[in-house]
Amino acid sequence: MKHTIRQVFHSGKFIVGFIIFMLLILIVLVYPVIIKYDPLEIIGQGTFFPPGVYVSTYDSVNASTTYILMLDNAAAKRIANKLSNDDRLAMKEWLVSDGIPDTQIDTTDIVSLLDLWVKNYDPNKSFPGMTYAKQRYYQRVNTSLQGILSTGGLIIAAPDPTTGVLTQTGIVNSTDYVNISQIANVRVLPLGTDNFGRDVLTELVRAAGVSLEIGLVAGTIATLIGLTLGLLGGYVGGWLDDVIMFITNLFTVIPGIVLLILISFSIGQDKRGAVTIAIVIGFTSWVWTARAVRSQVVSLRNRDHVNLSKLSGHSIVHIIIADILPYIASYVVMAFILQISSAILAEANLSILGLGPRTSDMPTLGLMMNWAMIYQAEILGKWWAYFPVLVTIALITFSMNLMNTGLDQVFNPALRD
Amino acid sequence: MKGYRKYFLNKLAWFLVTFVCAFLLNFILPRLMPGDPVAAIVAHLAQGMTNTTGIQKIYQQYADLFGTNKPMLEQFFLYMRNVIHGNFGFSFSQYPRTVADTLKSAIWWTVALQFPAIIVGWIIGNTLGAVAAYIKGGFDKVIMPISIFVSNFPAFGMAVILLVIFGVGLKWFPTSGGYGFDLIPNLSWKFVWSVIVHYQLPFWSIVLIAIGGQAIGMRSMSIYELNADYVKYSRFLGIHDRKIVLYVFRNAMLPQVTGLALSIGTMVGGALIAEIIFSYPGLGTTLLHAVLGQDYPLISASALIITVMVLVATFAIEIVYGFIDPRIKAAQSD
Repeated sequence: MKHTIRQVFHSGKFIVGFIIFMLLILIVLVYPVIIKYDPLEIIGQGTFFPPGVYVSTYDSVNASTTYILMLDNAAAKRIANKLSNDDRLAMKEWLVSDGIPDTQIDTTDIVSLLDLWVKNYDPNKSFPGMTYAKQRYYQRVNTSLQGILSTGGLIIAAPDPTTGVLTQTGIVNSTDYVNISQIANVRVLPLGTDNFGRDVLTELVRAAGVSLEIGLVAGTIATLIGLTLGLLGGYVGGWLDDVIMFITNLFTVIPGIVLLILISFSIGQDKRGAVTIAIVIGFTSWVWTARAVRSQVVSLRNRDHVNLSKLSGHSIVHIIIADILPYIASYVVMAFILQISSAILAEANLSILGLGPRTSDMPTLGLMMNWAMIYQAEILGKWWAYFPVLVTIALITFSMNLMNTGLDQVFNPALRD
Repeated sequence: MKGYRKYFLNKLAWFLVTFVCAFLLNFILPRLMPGDPVAAIVAHLAQGMTNTTGIQKIYQQYADLFGTNKPMLEQFFLYMRNVIHGNFGFSFSQYPRTVADTLKSAIWWTVALQFPAIIVGWIIGNTLGAVAAYIKGGFDKVIMPISIFVSNFPAFGMAVILLVIFGVGLKWFPTSGGYGFDLIPNLSWKFVWSVIVHYQLPFWSIVLIAIGGQAIGMRSMSIYELNADYVKYSRFLGIHDRKIVLYVFRNAMLPQVTGLALSIGTMVGGALIAEIIFSYPGLGTTLLHAVLGQDYPLISASALIITVMVLVATFAIEIVYGFIDPRIKAAQSD
């Protein structure tokens, strides 16, 4: 046993897979201890906030200490941030129509562009072929520019509670800065928010945990059923073997997804929890394990040591546990690993169809994918809502298959390099 | 041909038995569940209705349609008769379209998309796997990790990535549908071209997934065969390397054909989900809409059709297998 484990840990593929998998488990376990947000708490009003650090504007304005930093390019940066590329091209278009030569306008040089704009723009001027909407658009751009160009500070005012009259409480100058560590409310959203306004990272970690649990439960059930049926069919033989093989062959050809769909739909929305789904997946995916175990047992059944054991009068249970199980143990472990990863995929497939666990209490990787797809995150370019989920699923299944390939090479010498 | 006929009849009998069992499962599974399906349907349909006699009437109509008020055995015969006549009832979510009508258009999209894709993926994957096993070295070192990674990728994941890169990012291909939304199906060049363009992304996402899994299987089979005694013996005899590779390829191929027959169900399942990502007008998308619309007859009928499709495909592969496996020919001398 010790020797086998040592041998397994000499396989490079197994180690890589094992490390990835353990890291994932570690993150799933440690993250909730450190960051105690509720994974399904709706924090954002709106959909798909991009990843980043969110700083409270209110707290920044009211910060106890403000610092004055004189930075040369602050104004230019501010304008560049406000004026999108499209706006600049539109401004150029207007200026060209106004008769300014193309070569004089450089959209990358904001200062000179603004200079030209301020000198030449006339909100009431209209060119032939320019729609009214376009004219209004230029007027809007012009108004927004005026705000940027002013060098004075912004006045903060608060209404008097009794009279409702605004009184000035402070001025925010363009050179005022706050230190982010002194702001009371800063929320880091490394992966933004999803379509419901929930923190994607926290949700993802929880979802990975739930999906792994589903995989574990489903894999255990599938392996146990497969192992029992395979052992019975292979060792006992006779009519029992025929019946078991008949059922096994039947469920091999009937696609598992169809069974899953029919059962999950029949269970009904309110009874579909994560555990129920895991059990259903387990009960529909034991076929491969049963087939493989049976064929191994059939080849073991007439070995000398098994016959000797039979002659010594050991019971069937004893023979199976002591003389057969050790020979197929490595195989069963490998099948178990594959069962876990395929159960996680099965859950994801079901959830995308809208037949996953009910949505109110916990996220799963499949559900997160489902929500992102329903809200068309992929078309809208909101990569943070679906890509991390895909990567997590791929990492889980990839690490498990690597472990499996590593084990295969250890136990099956023909495959060694 | 005696051996082959025996093999064929054996497979045909097995096909029929599986078909009957799948049919039974499709009938029994939903009825095993607690609760009255008709009551659930009526509650869904009669939302906002206050007229109790009206609700009663709807209930009666659906109870008659599904025959839920009759004994189980009679229900089964009713169901069988309806299915044989292609009568799956009305679709709830797309009323007044019938289920048969909805599925009739969806089946062909799915068949035309999935089977070519799976077969192309299978052929490319096997070739790559065999080449990787034979050449080894750098080629193997590159192909294998990629194959392992790709085959572990869920089918919908591959679909999403292709969609984002080629559909949204590069805008080479449309992102959804089976043909342009502004077209009416007809036999014009414009329509055919639109169908071809829409076909690419779903097709390649299924092909890529299939390649990965097949390449891994073929590689280990080929390595196994390359180390077999007959290869060493052939080398001693001085048989040309190219000829040996051919032997190896043929021997490694047989389990791969069986593997295809066994895994086609799983592949179709994955491909159905990939269809959903591209809103391809096939069975996968129909199924999604059926689930969203709580459309029970449509779900049940789709499940049956998918099962039948997979069974027929498996049967066809096994028939082909009978032709290429020499052991079945040899059986006639017994």
